[in-house]
Amino acid sequence: MIWLNIVIQGALVGGFYALFACGLSLMFGVLKVINLAHGDMAVVAGYVAVFLSPRLHIPGLWSFLVVVPLFALLGYVVQRTVIQKSIDRDPFTTLLVTFGLSVVIENLLLEMYSANGQSINIGSLIGESWHPASIIYISYVSLAVLAAAVLVLLALQLFLSKSGIGRLIRAVADDQEAAQLSGANYRHVFGIAAAIAFATVALAGIAYGMMTQFAPTSGGVNLLFAFEVVVIGGIGSLWGTLVGGIALGIAQQFGAHINLSYQILAGNILFLAVLAVRPQGLFGRRSSLA
Amino acid sequence: MSAALLEVESLTVHHGQLCAIDDVSFTQRQGEVLAVVGANGAGKSTLLRTIAGLHRPTSGCVRLDGKDINDLSVSRRVALGISLVPEGRRLFSSMTLEENLQVGAYHANPGPFDIKRVYELFDWMPGRRKQSVWQLSGGEQQAVAIGRALVANPRVLLLDELSLGLAPIIIEKIYALVPEILAQGVSILIVEQDVSQGVSAADRVHCLLEGRTSMTGTPAELTSEEIDRAYFGAGLVAPAVTSGVVE
Repeated sequence: MIWLNIVIQGALVGGFYALFACGLSLMFGVLKVINLAHGDMAVVAGYVAVFLSPRLHIPGLWSFLVVVPLFALLGYVVQRTVIQKSIDRDPFTTLLVTFGLSVVIENLLLEMYSANGQSINIGSLIGESWHPASIIYISYVSLAVLAAAVLVLLALQLFLSKSGIGRLIRAVADDQEAAQLSGANYRHVFGIAAAIAFATVALAGIAYGMMTQFAPTSGGVNLLFAFEVVVIGGIGSLWGTLVGGIALGIAQQFGAHINLSYQILAGNILFLAVLAVRPQGLFGRRSSLA
Repeated sequence: MSAALLEVESLTVHHGQLCAIDDVSFTQRQGEVLAVVGANGAGKSTLLRTIAGLHRPTSGCVRLDGKDINDLSVSRRVALGISLVPEGRRLFSSMTLEENLQVGAYHANPGPFDIKRVYELFDWMPGRRKQSVWQLSGGEQQAVAIGRALVANPRVLLLDELSLGLAPIIIEKIYALVPEILAQGVSILIVEQDVSQGVSAADRVHCLLEGRTSMTGTPAELTSEEIDRAYFGAGLVAPAVTSGVVE
């Protein structure tokens, strides 16, 4: 029963990791940009939700309805301005620019909100859970986040495979020049991909704020987990991201069960093991066209 | 066969320090097949890529219907009717055959070609439309690349090294399509390393040697010796060998 609980709790955390990582994977897969400010964007989304929900009189639980579209718009604008400018210079500039953004965001948040933790108020729902067996408690919030992750990945999968714009995004990811030769304005396509990435990271940031507390510097450690998820699952594979998230979550729960201080260590060991044995990740695609 | 469609005027293109295209000019007329031939490194691909907008010229200009298109992006040029089938096919490797065509059709101009029409042109395609493109043979991939460009309904189709890495019989099949494409009002600019292919398909031939125009004319006007000389450079064709071939 203890082991079942470890798997269940790991999967619940894993849902959050997957939601958090899919935007990072998309940005890297399509734009070839490693967004070092990805974690901070999630934190900003949390602060924006905390800021807006009392002012717009929307309950914290539903704040994502406003924040997610706002971040999609922000993603498009940031891509078409700051990130595109750095892509045009050279790939390494994007690392510097997103690292710079990360530093700026963290310090601005510290200046504005201090280092105190905040969370998104969802009332008594935070403590409620389903209790199917003696020691197994399934938090409704965590379950909702896992469900949201699955829904988001499913929607993203459908969008990328069935819609015209989705196909263009994949085309640009496969071969940017050939996509341009097929009439795609790749900057616009990049903007749309960034909008989706920012929307998902906003959702992840709000989920984080509901499940636990966040502070201006919370982005960094979560970004590390997101990288691990993407590497474990395989770059460019959406379902790999989900499996990677759940695998990391279970590994961490397992580590925590042995000794509370082994939680993060166990996740890192899984990450290194995958990197050593299967560097393309569990669902990674070998480049196929020679 | 009259109005100038695509004009290249005094075009010079550099790759860093290297001058890949040096003061090249030509005119492609409506409904014409123009072949640009030349050895490896003569600047043929650079020429096509510059026309398509993938390279910026150092000087000179490219005009479509008399309008300077130097400052337009690749996608804007596709919208105006310039489609390039790039060297090496460059298909979208994570996609199926049909998805590749759908990407080409997404920003298509109105015109005679759509995915259905391409399926008529290549009758093996419908049965394999759900296959990943990397499962196709080189010749089939080349056909998909041509189809992907055709569905955009270009006015001028730029074909870069169609024959590269393909068996002669496949090359022949692909070149057999040229009249059908022309019949739909699409002009064709071919770049070929394989001179005989380029020359036999073309109305006019333009030969490049180390980035410069070394010869231009219709296939009827040109002897194979003239073409050899223009292709390899004057001093490089040994007389004995040439006469040996003639006898």
